[in-house]
Amino acid sequence: MWVQIEKVILKSEERQAKIPQDTKKHNYIMRLNGFLNEENPKIGSNVTIKTLAGRKVEGKLIKINPEYSHNFGKPVEELMHIGQTHRNILEEING
Amino acid sequence: MDKTYTGVMNRKNEIMKKSMGMDYSSYEINDFAFDYEKMMNDTELSFEKIKEIQLSNKVGNTPLLELKNITKLVRNNSKKGYGARIFIKDEACNASGSFKARRASISAYIAKQRGYKGMAAATSGNYGAAVASQAAQYNLKCIILQELFDSNYICQPEIEEKLRKCESYGAEVVQLSVGPELFYCLLDILEDTGFFNASLYTPFGIAGVETLGHELAEQCMKMTGKFPEHVMITHAGGGNLTGTARGLLRAGADKTQIIGASVDLSGLHMASDNDFNKKSFTTGHTGFGIPFATNPDRVDVPRNAARSLRYMDKYLLIRQGEVFFTTELLAQLEGLERGPAGNTSLACAIAYAKELPEDHIIIVQETEYTGAGKHPQSQLSFAKNQGVKVLNGSPKDSINGKSVIIPSNISEISYIEKPLDELKKSYIKNVKSNFKNLDITIPENKKFLMDELNIKDFEKLKNMFMEA
Repeated sequence: MWVQIEKVILKSEERQAKIPQDTKKHNYIMRLNGFLNEENPKIGSNVTIKTLAGRKVEGKLIKINPEYSHNFGKPVEELMHIGQTHRNILEEING
Repeated sequence: MDKTYTGVMNRKNEIMKKSMGMDYSSYEINDFAFDYEKMMNDTELSFEKIKEIQLSNKVGNTPLLELKNITKLVRNNSKKGYGARIFIKDEACNASGSFKARRASISAYIAKQRGYKGMAAATSGNYGAAVASQAAQYNLKCIILQELFDSNYICQPEIEEKLRKCESYGAEVVQLSVGPELFYCLLDILEDTGFFNASLYTPFGIAGVETLGHELAEQCMKMTGKFPEHVMITHAGGGNLTGTARGLLRAGADKTQIIGASVDLSGLHMASDNDFNKKSFTTGHTGFGIPFATNPDRVDVPRNAARSLRYMDKYLLIRQGEVFFTTELLAQLEGLERGPAGNTSLACAIAYAKELPEDHIIIVQETEYTGAGKHPQSQLSFAKNQGVKVLNGSPKDSINGKSVIIPSNISEISYIEKPLDELKKSYIKNVKSNFKNLDITIPENKKFLMDELNIKDFEKLKNMFMEA
């Protein structure tokens, strides 16, 4: 099955000194998708996945069948006048 | 083996060398200077061969299109006899949807030739999709590392779209939180897998972009009987500008003015977790454009082949709201729906063309694909969700991280010129802090610096060096 794991790469205190404090106070986290060869896996358990590049990586199971969350968002009215206004100007220019 | 942060970083040079099969030491002249042209001409591949590789992998020969309606609108707001003709190079037509395919195609060819089993690259942008698309064609494995989400696990939509696109080409994507430690993860993976480091900043990557400058010069000559007077180039890491400028020179267009264009993101820190999702542009902005121009070797290779100050004649900045406006205008008046980041240079061209005589030609040298996440509507709704105000009004009143202001009329689009001498002084400051007591009168150092900063007059350089 296609799953997502999570792993702490660096704990907050292990992070580079030169980064801003608001970044440094958090752990450095990785998420990774891959195939899991296990029946009835438990969310939160430690598993090993096989990635699309064929690597075996261990981490905490966080999602089964992870989906993309991005989309086209809501209509943005602040953009909607642009087309008509400029087509009208063009119409005037073209006479 | 020591896999801690320090352990891996200490093996950086060794890992780099193994993952690229390239030894940069042969270009070093002394501690400070190196032979840039020797490095650029050492790619083993002729210009003709590069073109052939690209064409056989669905890259290049993109159309050059005249934006007649936008040009008319610009002229309507210009003094009589002013308003340059605007053309756009539709780079979205490359496999994977951006000019980055030109760089990736050469990296993939070299990786295959040198016997690597796969490629890895640290990039949150179009380059990841380009590497994945080219790797797919050579049956190379591919790993892309992205800075994708903040500490609340909120993904920047444009980067998540790139995650989707990379996976659609069969690549593994390592999704990371905010921070420069991405580089440590890249080194760690390169060491474990023995894959090729498909860095953006290799000589062959930049040579891949030369075809873009060369093509547009030839196309312009064919369509109008002359080379363009101006080429507007979205500037971030510097490879787009460097490669395009070199290609124009190769075509003989040595009078063409090279203009860099970036979205002004001043006030937002690039490594800040708080600021990460407050920006509506993930590339083509000053957060990359300025540091990469003034400190080019801050990258994942020992010597960066992208050195924009050698070629840039002018550097113009534009605000986020003006680029979204322009993206909408391009769709609604020219029937071309393209991604916002690529339209940074178009927004600058609209503002700049007003001041140019109407017989001048200005070429906007790229577009990029658009889609969910990479779209004004998705970025602006996301901005609203992040607490950024989206308003209509004067873009000049916008405050990065707090508001994005969309103009109502094309006449309100205006650029901010960043004086090149300011960038050159910052470059010198960086040199002075990296190389204490540097003697710039030593002939090798003098030549290198004059070339780097494109300054012909040594007295001027000396004064700048003293002042910086």
